[in-house]
Amino acid sequence: MKNNNQPILSLNNISKSFGSLLANDSIQFDLFPQEVQVLLGENGAGKSTLMKILYGQYQADNGEILINEKPVIIRDPNDALRFGIGMVHQHFMLVPVMTVTENLMLGDEKTKGKWFGKLARLDRETVRKEILALGEKYGLQVNPDALVEDLSVGEAQRVEILKVLYKGADIIILDEPTAVLTPQETEELFAIMRSLIQQGKSIIFITHKLKEVLSVADRITVLRNGKVVGHTTPSESSMEELAVLMVGREVLLTAEKGLSHPDGVVLQINDLCVKAKNGMIVVKDFNLQLRAGEIYGIAGVQGNGQSELIEALTGLHPVFSGKLLINGRDLTNASPRVVTLAGTAHVPEDRQKHGLVLGFSVATNLILQEYYRPPFSNGWLIFPEKIEENARKKIAEFDIRTPSPDSMVSNLSGGNQQKVIVAREFSRPINLLVINQPTRGLDVGSIEFIHKRIIEARDAGVAILLVSAELDEILSLSDRIGVMYAGELVAEIDANLADREQLGLYMTGSKHQVSQREKIT
Amino acid sequence: MNTHFMVALMTLAIIKAAPLVYGALCGLLNERAGVVNIGIEGMMLAGAFMAFLGSALVGKWTGGTLNPNISLVIGLLIGVLSSALVAGLHAVLSIHYKIDQVISGTVINLLAVGITNYVANVYIDPTHLSGVGVFPVWKIPILSKIPVVGPILFEHQPMIYLLFGLVIFLQYAVFNTPWGLRLRSVGEHPQTADSVGINVIKTRYLNVILGGALAGMGGAIMVLESVGRFQKLMTSGRGFIALAVLIFGRWSPVGAFAAAILFGFAEALGVRLQFGDINHLYALSMIFALAALATSLFWLIMRIKTKKQKGKSYPVIITVFIIGLVSLVAANQITFPKVSVPIEFLGLLPYVLTILVLTGLVKRAVGPAAVGQPYEKQ
Repeated sequence: MKNNNQPILSLNNISKSFGSLLANDSIQFDLFPQEVQVLLGENGAGKSTLMKILYGQYQADNGEILINEKPVIIRDPNDALRFGIGMVHQHFMLVPVMTVTENLMLGDEKTKGKWFGKLARLDRETVRKEILALGEKYGLQVNPDALVEDLSVGEAQRVEILKVLYKGADIIILDEPTAVLTPQETEELFAIMRSLIQQGKSIIFITHKLKEVLSVADRITVLRNGKVVGHTTPSESSMEELAVLMVGREVLLTAEKGLSHPDGVVLQINDLCVKAKNGMIVVKDFNLQLRAGEIYGIAGVQGNGQSELIEALTGLHPVFSGKLLINGRDLTNASPRVVTLAGTAHVPEDRQKHGLVLGFSVATNLILQEYYRPPFSNGWLIFPEKIEENARKKIAEFDIRTPSPDSMVSNLSGGNQQKVIVAREFSRPINLLVINQPTRGLDVGSIEFIHKRIIEARDAGVAILLVSAELDEILSLSDRIGVMYAGELVAEIDANLADREQLGLYMTGSKHQVSQREKIT
Repeated sequence: MNTHFMVALMTLAIIKAAPLVYGALCGLLNERAGVVNIGIEGMMLAGAFMAFLGSALVGKWTGGTLNPNISLVIGLLIGVLSSALVAGLHAVLSIHYKIDQVISGTVINLLAVGITNYVANVYIDPTHLSGVGVFPVWKIPILSKIPVVGPILFEHQPMIYLLFGLVIFLQYAVFNTPWGLRLRSVGEHPQTADSVGINVIKTRYLNVILGGALAGMGGAIMVLESVGRFQKLMTSGRGFIALAVLIFGRWSPVGAFAAAILFGFAEALGVRLQFGDINHLYALSMIFALAALATSLFWLIMRIKTKKQKGKSYPVIITVFIIGLVSLVAANQITFPKVSVPIEFLGLLPYVLTILVLTGLVKRAVGPAAVGQPYEKQ
């Protein structure tokens, strides 16, 4: 905390309700110059509503906004920008087919000459220079001529931050900025944030990830059910305390698990090679033996072949060469249904694209693997009452928060959507579980629940292949850890002996364990 | 084929291409703003009909005392305004009421056919309403004297020159002005446009209606610079070909113009071959050769332009080029037997070309991302 006497921004007694739901209840919030204030809360705690009020997308029912101790009225995002408030949205507000320069100009374009109004020539050169200068000043290097669609997620986020700076914001709202970033990109973002603070900006950082709260915050405001339940600072608090504040009960932050008792080999992968759609080899000579009752975690920076490996394994992507054996049966290039019937469950990386049919009800999504079989069907007709009965059972068992079994699954929160998939996949008789990014974007409560289920499955003798970009998740769940880099398994480590630094080195390719082939033989 | 013949053919190709370009520019403004418009056909038909009715009635009521060119200009304005009005209907249905845009376009096509046919049956045909002629050809001094290029480009009626100007202007405006940047952002990612204070709904309305005006010109040009009267269903699918032209031209005005020339050429050739003074087989093999050459060139340009390793590989491009070259030489060496292709088949040429272009060449063309999706504020 640098300049603690006068807040640059104050929200006084802000209330907002939607129908009968009180999304924000008399919220008090102060932001001081040159600080990072974290707004912590679970999904649905009212963080986004509050920020939308501040950014002019919603109007508060009650309360006032003060900027530099003067009351202001913010009607729309343009007003907010005029008062120096800029927002980096969770879903990027960038046009993919335009260049970085064009994206920054959009809405307030510089032109050469003023005679033709909106039909004057765009002054790309000047803006380009301004972007380079801004990038220099804040340590945000991007190529102004690159198309946004060609940028990585981290780079696109840098463009979003640049855009906010370009428009002259002094107060920057970052809405769950790390949800889409790799651990490396997250570190880079934190560095950028520090440089912004040094240059006199103030930041509101919205998140539900406890770990990053402590490393970036100057002060912390915790929201629960639309109310402020605490103001604190990292030095006065711990992850456990924050979790209690945020969730309202004790939460297990690291999964508790006993020793594993590995049994016979369930999954055997021999010299697997997979080609991506563009013809590049993305999985190279991959070897793995996975036993019943163990969790094998695959760590790695995203895009190093993990997704293709999982897709090849589950029959969604053709195998180029090599062999896949499940319980000794050759299932190389078998169809997804054959793989499923062999006792494999798959929790895919992108739950909305590959895990669920968003336009279907919760009940229907729960039987996507078994709709054609008794008791749900006799081969000709399906039996709605059986489907409904099954849905009620699963909803209770897996604590899926949905208004009814017939609600569209698209209306559920991310955590509950993931629970629908877990309920569907875990409750069949399975012996192999392939699970990719099981907790991405989920709140603490859901993460705890899903981790518990994964460990229960292991203890019941299921072989589990876990892929995650969250190193903490890998470390807390796995019995053995493999690291993938550039499509290859570069290291295999017993989880008890693994440490973060070492894994980090393998993940970035700066270290390479003994070659695969030697180790297997 | 001598020079004189080719010049006449190319001139005709431009004339035949003009309605397609106007139609494609209509589609361009619509789709760049994120609205699908398969109602171009109906808008063109409405424009043609009202342009005729307007000019003919003005001529009739003034009893021939008015300069016919003034009647034609008035007719043009009425035609353009009417199709803008029809486009307004499309805008209200698809933007305000969020009706599926394909359905809304279909409604417009059916409506235009029904109304124009009806009025033609009950009024134009029984009263033998006659037009006031067509716009005269303006030879541009000096420029029209340039050999080959001069007569092809600079001996036309005024609406063709207007079109040249529009294509050049829109090419500049869509890609190099704040207006164009905003238009494209609305069609690609309306949430982003909204987040920086651009009024998505207004932008869409404005461009759909402007597009309608352009489609109206495309219809009007067929009456006012060609046949001089209204015939039922006279657009005969040109609004749909215009969509193919738009896609083939990759949603850019100059691209659409180039693509339209190809279609115009096919149509002109179909017309020209009906005279019977050219060996049909020879002509068709020449087309094949030229098409192969043009295709390989197109692929080459796309490959160089995109820089990414996309598109056809070089061996494929070279093979097609060689096939084109060989058939070009062969066509001029062989004496073809005299075979007459029926007129109906020659008339098919532009439509066959449409199918070929849409299925083959532009399979992977990607349009504006938000096309067809009504915008809902979050």
